[in-house]
Amino acid sequence: MAIKVITDSCIGCKICVRSCPANAISMDGKLAVIDLNLCTYCGSCVSACKFAAIVIEIDKQAQGDLADYHGIWVFGEQNDGELAGVVPELIGEGRKLADKRGCELSVVVLGENIAHLGEELAKYPVDKVYLYDHHELARFRPEPYTRVLAQLVRKLKPEVVLAGATTTGRSFLAKVATELYTGLTADCTGLEIAEDGLLLQTRPAFGGNIMATIQCPYTRPQMATVRHKVMQSAIPGETATAEIINVPPDDSLMRSKVDIKEFIADVGSKVNIVDADVIVSGGRGLGAAENFAYLKELADLLDGAVGASRAAVDSGMMPYPHQVGQTGKTVCPKLYIACGISGAVQHLAGMQSSDCIIAINKDPHAPIFSVADFGFVGDAVEVVKEIIKQVKSGRGIAG
Amino acid sequence: MKIVVCIKQVPGTTNVRIDPETNTLVRQGVESQINPFDLYALEEAVRVKERMIAAGVETTVTVISMGPPQVEEALRETITLGADDAALLCDRGFAGSDTWATSYALAAGIKKVGADLVFCGMQAIDGDTAQTGPGITCHADYSLATYVSKVEEIDEKRARVWRLLEEGYEVVEIALPALFTVVKEINEPRTPSLRGKMKAKNAQIPIWTVESMGLDAEKCGLKGSPTQVIKVFSPEHRAGGAILEGEAPELAAKALEVIRERCTC
Repeated sequence: MAIKVITDSCIGCKICVRSCPANAISMDGKLAVIDLNLCTYCGSCVSACKFAAIVIEIDKQAQGDLADYHGIWVFGEQNDGELAGVVPELIGEGRKLADKRGCELSVVVLGENIAHLGEELAKYPVDKVYLYDHHELARFRPEPYTRVLAQLVRKLKPEVVLAGATTTGRSFLAKVATELYTGLTADCTGLEIAEDGLLLQTRPAFGGNIMATIQCPYTRPQMATVRHKVMQSAIPGETATAEIINVPPDDSLMRSKVDIKEFIADVGSKVNIVDADVIVSGGRGLGAAENFAYLKELADLLDGAVGASRAAVDSGMMPYPHQVGQTGKTVCPKLYIACGISGAVQHLAGMQSSDCIIAINKDPHAPIFSVADFGFVGDAVEVVKEIIKQVKSGRGIAG
Repeated sequence: MKIVVCIKQVPGTTNVRIDPETNTLVRQGVESQINPFDLYALEEAVRVKERMIAAGVETTVTVISMGPPQVEEALRETITLGADDAALLCDRGFAGSDTWATSYALAAGIKKVGADLVFCGMQAIDGDTAQTGPGITCHADYSLATYVSKVEEIDEKRARVWRLLEEGYEVVEIALPALFTVVKEINEPRTPSLRGKMKAKNAQIPIWTVESMGLDAEKCGLKGSPTQVIKVFSPEHRAGGAILEGEAPELAAKALEVIRERCTC
C-alpha cells in the first residue's frame, strides 16, 4: 500500500505541492516527490492533480462475503417514547436509497414500551419495523444499545445502517461500527448509491469549509450518521403497511456500568436549537445581556429558538448550550436571524447551511453580510424591537 | 489514579477552502494548534488530579497523541498546562488512519499507561467526527460518557457526571475505568504556569511505534481503515444578498416581509 507519483504523467505543474495540507510534497526538478513521513493519505493531491499522476494504492480485500448483506436500516431513535425529529428524514432518504439499490428499508427501534412507535412507523414507506423492547433500553446507555444493535446486525446483515447525528446517534453508532470493524461516516449531508452499488457519503469537514465524499468498500454494513434538517422527510400514509417484528430481547446483553440518575430539562427554551426552524441569534453587538430578552421575545413569536455567538457566550450573555459555531452547535434552520453578530469564520461554520440568513449589524463591513441573503445595516436591538412592535400591532406573521 | 488525555494537533485555522479553479486546498498561513476541545479535556483531567490528590490519592496525568513528529510540540505544551508527562504515537504505519484505526492505536497507548480515567475532547475541529473517543471504548474496556459538561463527583471506583444533551442535562453515575468526552462548558482552561514551562522544557517524550505497542500493522493506518475518502471538494459558495440601510422601522418592515415569507408559523 502506497502513494506514488507516476513519473511519466507528472509534468511538474506543482498544483499538488500547494494542495497538500501536510506540506509533504516537494519538487525534485520537474517531478513531484512525496515525503512518506509526512503524508497522511488525505487524498487532496490525488484530487488536485489534473494529470492523474498521483495514485494511492491500497492492497486490501473485502472482509467476509459482502454479497450476504442486504437492505437499508434506519435507527429509529426515540426519547421518552417519542421518535426523534430526524427519523422521518432518515426514512425519506433511506427509501430513495433502497429504491435505487433495489432492496428493503427497515427501521430498528430500541426502547421500553415502544409498541405504539411500531404502529406509527409502519405507516411510513418502510418495509419492516423491528421493535426491541426491554426495560434496560428505556434510555440510551452505550453498552446495552451497542450490544443489541451489533447482535441484530450480525444476525440480519443489513448492507447500510443510518442514524441521526444526534448526541445518541453519534456516540452509539461509533461504538457499533468499531465493534463490527466497519466504516462509519459522521454527520453526512449527502448520500447516494454509486453505479457500483456502494454508498457514497458526503459530509463537511474543517468546520464546513470543505466537503469530503467517503466510501466503505471492504466491509459491511456501511454506516453513517446523518445531519438533522438536511434530508427530506418521508410522509406517513393513513394505514400501516410495514411488517412489524417484535425481536425477543436477550437479557444477557443488558449489563451496563452507567446508571441514569436524573434528567434536567432546559426549561428556558420552548424549542431546542437543533430542532428549530427559526433561530434568532445574538452576538457581542447586542451590547448587554438584557438585550437577549428581545431576541427571546421574537423567537417565541416565531416558534423559534435563541442562539448566540461564542463572544456572547464567553462574556456571559448567554449559556453555552445556545452557542452556535465551530465549538458550539451546528444548526440548519429554515431561517437564521443574526443580530449583532460579526460573522467570524468559526461562527459561520455552525450556521452557514441555514436555508435563509438575515443579518442585522451596525457595521456595513461585517463579514456576516457576505453570507446573509438579506442584510440590514442598523442597531440590531432597535430593529428587533421594531419587528416585535410591528408583529404585535397586528401586521402579524401569517399574512 | 492514572489519568490519560488524548489530544490531536489540528490546523491553526479551519478557514481552509478549495480553490474551485484548480481544485487545490488553499491554506492561509496555517500553523498548528491543539484541538480546542482537547484543551478542556486536559484542564478537566488536571482538575480531577488536584481533587484526587486533595483526597489523598496519588494521581498523574499523561497526555498521548497520534501524529507526525511535530506533534511533540503540542505534547510539550500540555505539560506547561499541568500534565505530568506525555508520549507520542508516531509511525509511518499510522498514516492515513480513519477513526477506527486511530482509536485502535490510542487504545493501545491508553492500556500501556494503565489508565483508570481517560479524557478526550468532544470532537476534532478538522475531522469533526466525534467517533474516536467512543471507538476507544471498544478496543479497551472503558465505560463511556460523551458530552460531559460537569464531573460532579469522582473517586477511584465511580464518577457522577452531567452530560449536555439536546434537550437538557442527563446526570449519570458511571463505574471506572471510564472514558469521558467533554464539551466546552465543563471548565475554563488555565494558562501555562512557570513551573509547567520548566517541566516541559526538560520533559522526555517517548515515541511509541506500531511495533513497540504490539499492534497489528494490518489494523493501522490507511490499510487498517474501513473508510476511504474518495473526493474532497468545495461546498457551494454562498454569496451575500442585498444589503439595506435605513431607519429601524423601515428595516424592520423589510425584515418582517422576509420573515413572513420564510416562516411557516
